Amino acid sequence: MVPLSYYLILSGFLFACGVTGFLIKRNIITIFLSIELMLNGVNLSFVAFAAQLKSLDGHIFVFFVMVVAAAEAAVGLAIIIAVFRTRETLNVDRVNLLKL
Amino acid sequence: MHLVLFFIFAAVCVAGAINLLAQRHPISSALSLIVVMGSLAVIYLLLGAEFVAALQVIVYAGAVMVLFVFVIMLLNAGEEERIARGSRVATMLGVPALIIGLSIGIWAVSRVTGLDKIGIGGPTVMNGNAAFGNALAVGHLLFSQFLLPFEVTSILILIAIMGAVVLARREE
Repeated sequence: MVPLSYYLILSGFLFACGVTGFLIKRNIITIFLSIELMLNGVNLSFVAFAAQLKSLDGHIFVFFVMVVAAAEAAVGLAIIIAVFRTRETLNVDRVNLLKL
Repeated sequence: MHLVLFFIFAAVCVAGAINLLAQRHPISSALSLIVVMGSLAVIYLLLGAEFVAALQVIVYAGAVMVLFVFVIMLLNAGEEERIARGSRVATMLGVPALIIGLSIGIWAVSRVTGLDKIGIGGPTVMNGNAAFGNALAVGHLLFSQFLLPFEVTSILILIAIMGAVVLARREE
């Protein structure tokens, strides 16, 4: 038997790593990867609570989070490609104007 | 047995997450995120969530990460350039402090609320209800109680596909 708090600590650790990566990374793709890491941390706590409460609702939530993450990845990566085409850079510090 | 497996894959997970932060090349970060997702799939299996574990491998570690690696290679993204701004001491101390602080915070909250006394993912879930979390059980719920949100996600996916095509199209 694994205590519920172990899962929550792992989940919080993953989320904190995602937040940290989001703050310290300068490459726009790595920032996007950090967001995915945050979503994974949240998913773990959903599944842990679903197992704890013997309810499948948590799994349904994880399903919807995955669908939204997939849609977000498709649109986000398209935006990254469009940004790279106009700016020739992936560094977020150099992308500081909305209009060229 | 569950505890041993949990610790092994949690350690892999933590190592992957730290490696994601430590690497400077985006492709290394993407590959370490795949390691995190793969070990999370095993942890989902420990929690009796078979369907979610399969989705995690197929959708996340498969489809989404292939998209990421494809874009990284398409844009020929090199190593992140360092622009010295802000103190390095703040990064060196602040990053571990943030991560460890949040983990300790969750541990403290779970101690106060008594969550750490509750054990899960053990034989009760596995043997007591073998069908918990498999595709049949989740599918039943998804197509009865959550039918409307499920159909709305298909519209969302359609809009996302069209948005991606429009955004990534080369302007004439």
